[in-house]
Amino acid sequence: MSVTPLLDVQHLTKRYGTRIGCSDVSFKLYPGEVMGVVGESGSGKSTLLNCLAGHLPPDEGRILFDTRTEGPRDTLTMSEPERRMLGRTDWAFVHQNPRDGLRMRVSAGGNVGERLMAVGARHYGNIRNAAEDWLERVEIDTDRMDDRPAQFSGGMQQRLQIARNLVSGPRLVFMDEPTGGLDVSVQARLLDLLRGLVRKMGLSAIIVTHDLAVVRLLADRLMVMKSGDVVETGLTDQVLDDPQHAYTQLLVSSVLQV
Amino acid sequence: MTAQAAAAMDDYNFAYLDEQTKRMIRRAILKGLAVPGYQVPFASREMPMPYGWGTGGVQVSAAVMTPDDTIKVIDQGADDTTNAVSIRKFFERTADIDVTERTSEATIIQTRHRIPEELLNEDQILVYQVPIPEPMRFIEPRETETRKMHALEEYGLMHVRLYENIAKHGAITTAYAYPVKVEDRYVMDPSPIPKFDNPKLESEAIQIFGAGREQRIYAVPPYTKVVSLDFDDYPFDPSKANHPCALCGSVTSYLDEVIVDDKGGRMFVCSDTDYCASRIRRQEQAA
Amino acid sequence: MIKVENLAKSFTLHNQGATVIPVLEDGAFEVQPSECVALTGESGAGKSTVMRILYGNYLAQNGKVEIDGLDITRAEPREILALRRETLGYVSQFLRVVPRVPTLDVVSEPLLSVGKSEEEARERACDLLSRLRIPERLWELSPTTFSGGEQQRVNIARGFAHTYPALLLDEPTASLDAQNRETVLTLIEEAKASGAAIVGIFHDLAARERIADREINVTAFTPKAAA
Repeated sequence: MSVTPLLDVQHLTKRYGTRIGCSDVSFKLYPGEVMGVVGESGSGKSTLLNCLAGHLPPDEGRILFDTRTEGPRDTLTMSEPERRMLGRTDWAFVHQNPRDGLRMRVSAGGNVGERLMAVGARHYGNIRNAAEDWLERVEIDTDRMDDRPAQFSGGMQQRLQIARNLVSGPRLVFMDEPTGGLDVSVQARLLDLLRGLVRKMGLSAIIVTHDLAVVRLLADRLMVMKSGDVVETGLTDQVLDDPQHAYTQLLVSSVLQV
Repeated sequence: MTAQAAAAMDDYNFAYLDEQTKRMIRRAILKGLAVPGYQVPFASREMPMPYGWGTGGVQVSAAVMTPDDTIKVIDQGADDTTNAVSIRKFFERTADIDVTERTSEATIIQTRHRIPEELLNEDQILVYQVPIPEPMRFIEPRETETRKMHALEEYGLMHVRLYENIAKHGAITTAYAYPVKVEDRYVMDPSPIPKFDNPKLESEAIQIFGAGREQRIYAVPPYTKVVSLDFDDYPFDPSKANHPCALCGSVTSYLDEVIVDDKGGRMFVCSDTDYCASRIRRQEQAA
Repeated sequence: MIKVENLAKSFTLHNQGATVIPVLEDGAFEVQPSECVALTGESGAGKSTVMRILYGNYLAQNGKVEIDGLDITRAEPREILALRRETLGYVSQFLRVVPRVPTLDVVSEPLLSVGKSEEEARERACDLLSRLRIPERLWELSPTTFSGGEQQRVNIARGFAHTYPALLLDEPTASLDAQNRETVLTLIEEAKASGAAIVGIFHDLAARERIADREINVTAFTPKAAA
């Protein structure tokens, strides 16, 4: 297929002094693809995500992103304003802790509207309508629009964070343990919501998690990391049902069967 | 001033600050004028007055002052409040320069929270005392982040602040320290002046803002474009109390509400005492 | 349509002393359009493993598995996903339940994802659900709470919604009552008539004889060393 990958990561390496964050990671992510990155704490999956999203400078490698106007460009060599512009338009980042991704002192509506205002929306009524629409899409009662997220439950905060991120119509979403710290029942609802949004909007996403059930439901393909190295990649159900690497086998067999 | 007191001040350099410090501050001012609205860090000195009393403004005034200058100091428009009187006396004693209460006679006007009603001209410098120079401080507490946002012109947050206002109160209720965009580039806190004064930020005079505690100086050169932020459907409105001044009858000046007894009695009077007094003088002369 | 050559599969249990369990060797067969091939062999002979390899769910160690020209042993994940979306269907006995999604949407989803209109997809879904005797009052509910038999039939409806050119059937008629069994066999015949290449596992001997054109005993692929 001659489709341009949305993201083309080449030989990405990040060291913390002598310690390895992630080592020689390469992959291509195509439009509409959802990739899960799994591994235990310290495996380098969060380091990788933060490098990809421009939060951490990697030591080596290239990250080519297929920009709307100029085609593939290395996000590591583009200027910071350009990179940050991507960060609030074409990219979205869903943090594990909604407090890291929300403005806790700003109302739910203001949180959703911020990205619109950041790219120049100056009509209050339109901004408010868009915010209302998005709150509905993530199943937050629009009566709560003017409440601060501090008054929301953890699940609602997470859904608000997703609305805030998706309102600008991004093409690539980074998610760091999006369901971590939530009750199992709340997790299921959130996953279903995410799955629907990803499919409907044709989003590409990279989801970092240690929860294999999450990737089974959301991810098209998987990347398994251990000690900074990618040890296995492939179709999600193939990696989970027929793991090849010792570490993946351990990971899969360690999940409690319900 | 007694001769004794004046003599004591001879031990100090002109206008209290040493010349090296003035140079440093002047460099910050020049940079501020060259990059309108940009907050220039400067090494604020300890001044013989508490923070919050105008240490930033005093340092700026001292740095731009020449022996030929005439200074006027106002606090919320008034020449006769403690803060204004103290600072006026300070320069009288440390610089031995002329002081005035007349806006038109002053070459330097140091102000806390007002712009004089009378339009300023090219020969005047307006020095603002600034408590918090960062307009985004209350929404984004990290200085590292706000500096980056200024550098990259990421000002969505400022509109979030106004959005919150409308969402909560049905209108933009920010009544003072109303944020502005200077020369289509930097978003700036105009210090806690009433939004009524915002249109006067586009002026013939040089305007310099000094924040002593926060160690920042910024400036608006003459004839610079200064636009108050707003929404298309909620435009900026520089409103004021809808009354005439109880003393001079002005219907166009900014008014203070004064409680006159403990039975709920109140009156509205010009906040700019010089403006009010000169109108009364003219009315008396005419009569 | 389906072409298997020189197929080998083994499992390496890294966490149990790196034990290597060879499962298949020299597997080879072809299935033409409008042909149904039944995999036979006793339990544990590797029928399900072959099916899973055909679907890309298991990774072959060696050989070639071409489906509609795509060698899935070497294909990119997105190529396999595209193949599953457009070309390769799989009907198993077990529904992998997507929480909170209404039955009607579960069944029409495969059609929507190949670009059929909402209307067309719903019409086909309603038709299949009626034929498989799922009461209409359940259509707007999520199948999560359905009985095992109902879930199985929802899954079959979903599997037959889109007319795949290649179809894998893993005991499609297991534990169905006579009426529904008949419906499913008819569905399979319809798929075959419309040109599908079908590989199936049928423990239901009568069904196998009625549907399958030929049988392949996977015991033939059992590794010699292990045998």
